[in-house]
Amino acid sequence: MPLLHRIDGVPRERIAFELDGRACTALEGDTVLTAILTQASALRRTEFSGAPRAGFCLMGACQDCWVQLADGERLRACTTSIEPGMRVRTGVAG
Amino acid sequence: MSTIVIVGAGPAGMRAAEQLVAAGQRPIVIDEGARHGGQIYRQPPAVMRRERSDLYGFEAGRARAVLDRFDELRAQIDYRPETLVWQIEANSLQLLHAGRNRSLRFDALILATGATDRVLPFAGWTLPGVTTLGAAQVALKFQGCLIGPRVVFAGTGPLLYLVAWQVATHGGQVVAVLDTAPAMAKWRAAPRLLARPAVAMKGAYFVARLRAIGVALHSGVTLVGAEGVDRVGALTWRSGGVSHTTACDAIGFGHGLRAETQLADLAGCAFEYREIEQAWMPTRDGAGRSSVRGVYLAGDGAAILGADAAELAGARAALAALEDLGIEGAAPQRATRIERALGAHLRFRRGLETAFAPPASWAADAPDELIVCRCEEVTAGELRACVRDTGARELNRLKALTRIGMGRCQGRMCAPAASRLLAHAAGCELRDVGRLRGQAPIKPVPIAMLHDVAPSTAVPADEDD
Repeated sequence: MPLLHRIDGVPRERIAFELDGRACTALEGDTVLTAILTQASALRRTEFSGAPRAGFCLMGACQDCWVQLADGERLRACTTSIEPGMRVRTGVAG
Repeated sequence: MSTIVIVGAGPAGMRAAEQLVAAGQRPIVIDEGARHGGQIYRQPPAVMRRERSDLYGFEAGRARAVLDRFDELRAQIDYRPETLVWQIEANSLQLLHAGRNRSLRFDALILATGATDRVLPFAGWTLPGVTTLGAAQVALKFQGCLIGPRVVFAGTGPLLYLVAWQVATHGGQVVAVLDTAPAMAKWRAAPRLLARPAVAMKGAYFVARLRAIGVALHSGVTLVGAEGVDRVGALTWRSGGVSHTTACDAIGFGHGLRAETQLADLAGCAFEYREIEQAWMPTRDGAGRSSVRGVYLAGDGAAILGADAAELAGARAALAALEDLGIEGAAPQRATRIERALGAHLRFRRGLETAFAPPASWAADAPDELIVCRCEEVTAGELRACVRDTGARELNRLKALTRIGMGRCQGRMCAPAASRLLAHAAGCELRDVGRLRGQAPIKPVPIAMLHDVAPSTAVPADEDD
């Protein structure tokens, strides 16, 4: 079940991206965090305990929401806009 | 023309810019956000086309006034959004924008860096679904999302009831609002809160409306822990010696605000311990002058006084910068008027501190297995053992020994908790444990960017080569 729930009804362009190898759709104006958490419940696992994480402050301070793209690039999900064709790897699937 | 740089485009930064434009200057406004407004007046992406009355509630008028004013002045402001200031050295800033670095010299610098939630964590606070109160607001205002269908709001502070009401009016089910401060504290605070009667009335309105729609409101509670395996499913709390577990899909929590002071630190500003913030804060005079010539401080990053006071403090700091640079337009009468208005905000703030004091017994109550640092997963037990075994009594020492505050957030989330645990374990006052030193880069930056950094600030080459 997703973590975030949309309340906003204004029609927006759909944006196709890939989440852990699965084709997904986000909306124009979504951050990477919103794009992921409106269809999943975590962004990554921690390097230490392996526990799932899903961000915390949503304002670029806590650095909890860094995710990795398929090409290895890392980005802060709460302050980066989702882009068409982005391939996100959370490593949380299953 | 002098180069006057403002860092932060929230209420303080926007009003500082306005004041400088009025004096014929063209200020540079640098902000991490994509649009001006800061956190309090955070604007959604333009494609979302949301109404300001819907976004900002009672504050829509104020938000519209300050946001529109900044829009009107845009041609006279060198506005640089999505730009991070990550270092300050010798009147020069290092800026990161779109993966590229550049430096910027300044004659005057106004830091309006704002604040985040102050977090005193409970067990399970790292579970997906647990966020700060501020995050619940950002999700709503900036992304049109609820943090969950059934939400518990917990902690303390005026934001607690405001966010609960905002979520309730946007279709979220607020299961409970759990205030760690006792109900009696609000009555004790009433005389000071009446320094700003309209604001106090708004707070009372949120509480009354939440009660009227059937939200369970509890005061004087102790937060025990969030339950769940891969995401939060409930919050356990205690009240009057009785334990309760409330099922929920999300928890928003916080205990007031914590100032973003890293840039003031890098600029070399002197700090002092301030009881009202229960934190080390950069010193400033009534006009916003820091201890460093040419560096000014305004807004919640300098003193936690809220958005309305931030607008005043931003304008006041700009007047001080103009005066110190010898530029016409410093308007001494206006400066006096602003300082007088700020006095009421300070009285009100003392009232808020009485009404919503962070739990004094938090450090004593924290279990050993509690994760204090969410970046490095350092527990309360590890901190206590370090204090016991090494005699560490100072926060940077504790950081060196345990990695507390050494992770990606650089202590933004854990410092209030870690300093309280250290003071408690060492048997000293909070002020005695000091504060985490600011370190550049103040936020993670890509290594590739270092190509652009001027040689003077890059790692020195080995001269023997």
